[in-house]
Amino acid sequence: MKCAEFLQELTNYLDGVLDAKTKVELENHLSWCHNCYVVCDTTKKTIEIYRDSQLYELPEDLRSRLRSAIMTKCQQHKKRGPQSI
Amino acid sequence: MNTIENKVAAVPVTEELSLVRAAKQGDDAAFEELVRRYDRNVFRIAQHITQNREDAEDVVQEAFLKAYGNLAKFQEQSKFYTWLVRIAVNEALMKLRRRRPERTVSLDEDIKTEDDSLPREIADWSPNPEQLYNQSELREILSKTIQGLPPGFRTVFVLRDVEGLSTEETAAALDLSVPAVKSRLLRARLQLRERLGRYFQKRESGDGIQ
Repeated sequence: MKCAEFLQELTNYLDGVLDAKTKVELENHLSWCHNCYVVCDTTKKTIEIYRDSQLYELPEDLRSRLRSAIMTKCQQHKKRGPQSI
Repeated sequence: MNTIENKVAAVPVTEELSLVRAAKQGDDAAFEELVRRYDRNVFRIAQHITQNREDAEDVVQEAFLKAYGNLAKFQEQSKFYTWLVRIAVNEALMKLRRRRPERTVSLDEDIKTEDDSLPREIADWSPNPEQLYNQSELREILSKTIQGLPPGFRTVFVLRDVEGLSTEETAAALDLSVPAVKSRLLRARLQLRERLGRYFQKRESGDGIQ
């Protein structure tokens, strides 16, 4: 496997959906190609950092305000009929 | 090297579906339960796309209200959550268009060349990049970095990698083909990796944050 082919398969590899044969070829490539190993490892870290970051969490007080606004509007909609949204 | 396992955002379909069916029959408590289950997800997605807190709050309200008003049209062929995400993404993109009238914002823009995401910076990262910064600095870096991605890329990234939708669900929610989702996801991941590398690279002399 060449570096360009590794890059093509990177997303499937990180998502765990690569077929067994290609996975072996890719891991063989990673065992000797340091650059691709670093790209693979740091891409994986990128995903993990964002996934675990709790970026843009909805604070509880805002959450209940939004929920009650939504439910009030839903009830208004119900009274007015289907044309109101 | 281990692969990434996505957290599954959605609840089992049967339970979700029974809430949806009750809500369709006029049970508002059931709809409120659906709001409770997915409001945080919708808010995160909306803020990732709009990059604006007030817009994200509006999107949460408008998306649930639209879902409520159109429940009868929901055919139950996909998960309710995927259908809701689709509504929320469209609302968020509309907000973005209103804020940036000078630019066209769509999921089809930003397709330049295949080379725009090729790794240029290969330097390895510190073993624990999160520990180089405190939590608020780290959030600032992550937020600034993802803002730099074109909307079409960050939308795919947030649905797949932050919210844990499958490739197929992401494709359905965004009305894109599976290969288009995969291609954008690869490029989003590589571009974010490259940009984060500026903050997380191993320091030769161990002289800390620069």
